[in-house]
Amino acid sequence: MKVLQFLFTSSIGRKVLMALTGLFLILFLVIHLLGNLQLLKADDGYAFNKYAWFMTTNPLIKTVSYLLYATILLHAFKGLYLAYTNRKARGSKSYGAYNGNANSHWTSRNMGILGTLILAFIIGHMSDFWWEYKFGDIPWTKYETSITDETTIATDITAENHGAHIRMGVAGDKEVFITKDLYKETAEAFEQGWLVALYVLAMAAIAFHLWHGFASAFQTLGMNHPRWNPLINGIGKAFSVLVPAAFAIIPLYVYLLK
Amino acid sequence: MGSEAMKITLKVWRQPNSKAEGKFETYQLDHVSPDMSFLEMFDVLNEQLIAEGGEPVAFDHDCREGICGMCSMFINGRPHGPKQAVTTCQLHMRSFKDGDTIVVEPWRAQSFPVIKDLTVDRSAFDRIIAAGGFVSVNTGNAVDANSILIPKDTADDAFAAATCIGCGACVAACKNSSAMLFVSAKVSQLALLPQGQAERENRVIAMVDQMDKEGFGSCTNTGACSAECPKEIDLSNIARMNREYVRAKLVSK
Repeated sequence: MKVLQFLFTSSIGRKVLMALTGLFLILFLVIHLLGNLQLLKADDGYAFNKYAWFMTTNPLIKTVSYLLYATILLHAFKGLYLAYTNRKARGSKSYGAYNGNANSHWTSRNMGILGTLILAFIIGHMSDFWWEYKFGDIPWTKYETSITDETTIATDITAENHGAHIRMGVAGDKEVFITKDLYKETAEAFEQGWLVALYVLAMAAIAFHLWHGFASAFQTLGMNHPRWNPLINGIGKAFSVLVPAAFAIIPLYVYLLK
Repeated sequence: MGSEAMKITLKVWRQPNSKAEGKFETYQLDHVSPDMSFLEMFDVLNEQLIAEGGEPVAFDHDCREGICGMCSMFINGRPHGPKQAVTTCQLHMRSFKDGDTIVVEPWRAQSFPVIKDLTVDRSAFDRIIAAGGFVSVNTGNAVDANSILIPKDTADDAFAAATCIGCGACVAACKNSSAMLFVSAKVSQLALLPQGQAERENRVIAMVDQMDKEGFGSCTNTGACSAECPKEIDLSNIARMNREYVRAKLVSK
């Protein structure tokens, strides 16, 4: 591992590590969004709950999820450490007058603050849903899908009589799927206006973080080329607006239209 | 020269030596010509201070034509003042308005300690160059200029990087006090040319290691350095240095 030591010890290595973890998290955002968009389906949460069940039981996904947690922690704490050492590099005295807006975009100068807001959001978000889904007391639902006409009927069931361990199976001419209902949990959570507002604000923080971060990762990895820069910058700006906006639509949709 | 004289209020950082606590002092100049350079205005201020029996303001300067890299000064929150692609010596008072208050500070970086007033110790840059920013040759006869062919584009990029005068405005402008624009220019000017290939890997590792040792911050790609650089050194140099460094770390023995 000595060959990769520079990722932790040198200034450029640390940058590269921030870029690589950042790009992995960008990729994760896409996957997470595709999953979440199933919350918009009018199917009593059948597709979303099936997806949640798959994501929490599939061994490959579970492995990747541990890699993801490690990446979030590495990106966040390495970033905070870098912000701290970069601040220290100014020395004991700072400027009396500093006109940052004259030479750089404010997002690029506030990645540490935006990142801290996002980290706080991730902690809250995971305790809202990840923790609740795994360890919390959340509603159960039984979906019965007819094999002949593929219609699904959802029935509320209490946690006490959700059956032994049957999660998915076939009974007669019906496919039966018994699950913790994360869809219902989400819908209930987003009935609270303040929580919806908080989620929308957090998405704004992610948008601003990516406004600088997306293209910055490519520059750090050495990809700066006159023929590619417009494409990278264009995709970066579009991504930083569209993806957080699509995430934000979900709580707004639930709150306003359900 | 025929133009109206301006009244300028200066808030200048005064610090007797590196150990002392410094503070801003306010000075009033009543007859500033718009055709004066910023440094000539400081010459006037110093004449005035000496006449009053005060201590003149120490500031760095040498060629006063924008090529030596000596002058510095953080003017109204920006290195080398409000204009693009100029050094402080090339900044003229016509860039300001009659009655303006101008705040003048030294470069601020842990690695650039204040020596006195507006002068800072930039020898950290010299140590980075000494670590590897050169081509080792045992000199003999000058070789024919065209014995090694270099494409025009490549020569242009190398020359653009080589225009860096090492003034330190990049460090001063950067919110992280990072020296990566400077170091990347010095790495690039040699990495681009055939003569630089022999020591390519050792050079970038040694220079980056020295940069880190000097206590400069890490680059976060804000772009402030390039925007404020009097020689408009491009950010692509930093990308090149990153490539050179990672490549050297992965392949050098």
